[in-house]
Amino acid sequence: MAEKNLLLGDEALALGALHAGLSGVYAYPGTPSTEITEYIQGHPLTRERKVHCTWSSNEKTAMEAALGMSFAGKRSLVCFKHVGLNVAADPFMGSAMTGAGGGLVIASCDDPSMHSSQNEQDSRFYGAFAMMPVFEPSSQQETYQMAREAFDYSEKRGIPVLMRLTTRMAHSRAVVESIDPIREQNPLHYPENPRQWVTLPVNARVRNRQLIKDYAAFEEDAVHSSFNFLEDGPDRSLGIVACGIAYNYLMENYPDGCPYPVLKVSQYPFPRELARDLSGMVKTILVLEEGQPLVEQQLKGVFPTGITVRGRLDGSVNRDGELTPDAVRAALGLPALPVHPASEVVAPRPPALCMGCGHRDFFTALNNVLKDYDGAKVFGDIGCYTLGWMPPFQALDTCVEMGASVTMAQGSAYSGTWPAIAVIGDSTFTHSGMTGLLDAVNTNADIVVCISDNLTTGMTGGQDSAGTGRLEAICEGLGVPREHIRTIVPLPKNYPDMEQVIREEIEYHGVSVVISRRECIQTLKRHASKK
Amino acid sequence: MKQDIILSGVGGQGILSIATVIGSAALQQGLHLKQAEVHGMSQRGGDVQSNLRLSSEVIYSDLIPRGGADLIVSLEPMEALRYLPYLSREGWIITNTTPLVNIPNYPDMDQVMAQLNELPHVVALDVDSVARDLGSPRAANMVLLGAMSAVLHILEPDALREGIRRIFARKGDAVVESNIKAFDAGFAYAQSKR
Repeated sequence: MAEKNLLLGDEALALGALHAGLSGVYAYPGTPSTEITEYIQGHPLTRERKVHCTWSSNEKTAMEAALGMSFAGKRSLVCFKHVGLNVAADPFMGSAMTGAGGGLVIASCDDPSMHSSQNEQDSRFYGAFAMMPVFEPSSQQETYQMAREAFDYSEKRGIPVLMRLTTRMAHSRAVVESIDPIREQNPLHYPENPRQWVTLPVNARVRNRQLIKDYAAFEEDAVHSSFNFLEDGPDRSLGIVACGIAYNYLMENYPDGCPYPVLKVSQYPFPRELARDLSGMVKTILVLEEGQPLVEQQLKGVFPTGITVRGRLDGSVNRDGELTPDAVRAALGLPALPVHPASEVVAPRPPALCMGCGHRDFFTALNNVLKDYDGAKVFGDIGCYTLGWMPPFQALDTCVEMGASVTMAQGSAYSGTWPAIAVIGDSTFTHSGMTGLLDAVNTNADIVVCISDNLTTGMTGGQDSAGTGRLEAICEGLGVPREHIRTIVPLPKNYPDMEQVIREEIEYHGVSVVISRRECIQTLKRHASKK
Repeated sequence: MKQDIILSGVGGQGILSIATVIGSAALQQGLHLKQAEVHGMSQRGGDVQSNLRLSSEVIYSDLIPRGGADLIVSLEPMEALRYLPYLSREGWIITNTTPLVNIPNYPDMDQVMAQLNELPHVVALDVDSVARDLGSPRAANMVLLGAMSAVLHILEPDALREGIRRIFARKGDAVVESNIKAFDAGFAYAQSKR
């Protein structure tokens, strides 16, 4: 029965997928995407239908498993944050070549303004790169509907669909009305084009030509999509292209309706025909898009001379950072609202490691030891413990992407850095640190890999960590000598022992692993209150 | 009718529990609602805020424009001031007065209170001690919600009380009643200060 719920954009996508007959979600946690999978994990329909919902080790394994489900004819969903798509890029690009059997939807959640990320890359570029359709909803209700339709579209056109949300859509709640009926799951059914699924050059060349043709059809679909529309306006001094959530910031500024012609775009490839229609009405076009100037760049090449395209590239809109109603207001030439001046009393309050967190005790012990080693460099990684860069610890020299601690330490050690210390969390280690550790073993690199193991994926709110309880066995299996896999318990009373172990492993000239293990203080509290 | 609210505080204080009750009440009343939350890194003891918009008409933007908020509702006094440029000239601040000091350069409290008191429409109360005096220290957020409801015209206090009952129902009658009491205490305080 159709019902109304107050849902995050993430949850609306999840519910749309479940109602579309989903058979499995494959994902690795990452802000702002985590709540998609968590919503599916907690939904009664998931248990009733035995929908796969266990977290994957990383985004690449998630993407591949989902592709396997699509190969078997069932509907699958992949979820990660924008930089997760980099990790999954190989199977993602490959999936455009195989095409989809059962509906395959990839939800990539971008984080413009970098609220919780290391860059603000725009996933829509990946869509164009892979020649894949992209859906970018502008409201929570549209997110639900587009998620449902994305699966149908994926099967109709035999192509995976990339769904792009941004932070403000992923993490904002609104009323969402579900649509009847809830679709049944697909039966097991193998592809009718088996050659396409073996991407040997002889097959891939054929498929590539087909995909190029299909991409033109995807654009034609976008021209006629109900999610894209061109609305005329009485004032033709300006035309506006508003993509995804940018449409909301535009309309926010015109409660009685926008006076200018507006092209709203939520489905890509960018429908150039609609843009040409708009260009017939106006001489100046303002492009409003969340993220990087994908559409603006495209449009600059579409029109004949005499049409000015404004947007992020010419400074009409902020070049970096997310859109806001205020930024859009300024771009439209509307006066700002009267405001109170900012308070001069307010001090910044940056995020910090929780009081009582085991990472704190680990960094304290590590810093105490490294006081005696002038040349020490510490290679950090992605997780709560990246906050160890901040005062009072200031314990890290680098942080780039998932797993880079283990491998950058090796390159730097080979160049003469000593001691070279890698600091990585347990979930990040099983995500992307294990293969790097194998490299270290194979070259007998002189590094100490410290796994700060809090038995969970902490930063994203405490999801299961893939290697819990097996880290020592994994390291030994990769070839680290058993006597150089050391386990410590990060507590103030243990500082002398912890420091001695770290010191001994620095003095050992080969690969050592120090596992500093104590449960995350947040999950500990949660487990205690459940009891 | 439309009311825009900025909820603010420090990661871990639970501003979202206030939003949950308002959301439940708004859904029941058939109001349009948008509520942008903060998840991820900033939740770790840093400043957090949520943009909560309620309206009888369609709401487009998930974010409130600068100068557009009708209310700032804060669980921490300095955090109330952080969002001042978002408050409309006629807007209200409803704030807790107990500081949460987890940074070395936290400003002088007299300065914080002086600046709050300079503003035309402020209700400042120590929600932690009100909740403690009622014997339910964990209901401090509901004291703040009660105080806020005195200036939140788009939802009747009874609709919010119903929201509290729905949200806390599974925790038992005792928890529901202590939260309602906390709400009523905050409401009474704000009424007397208006």
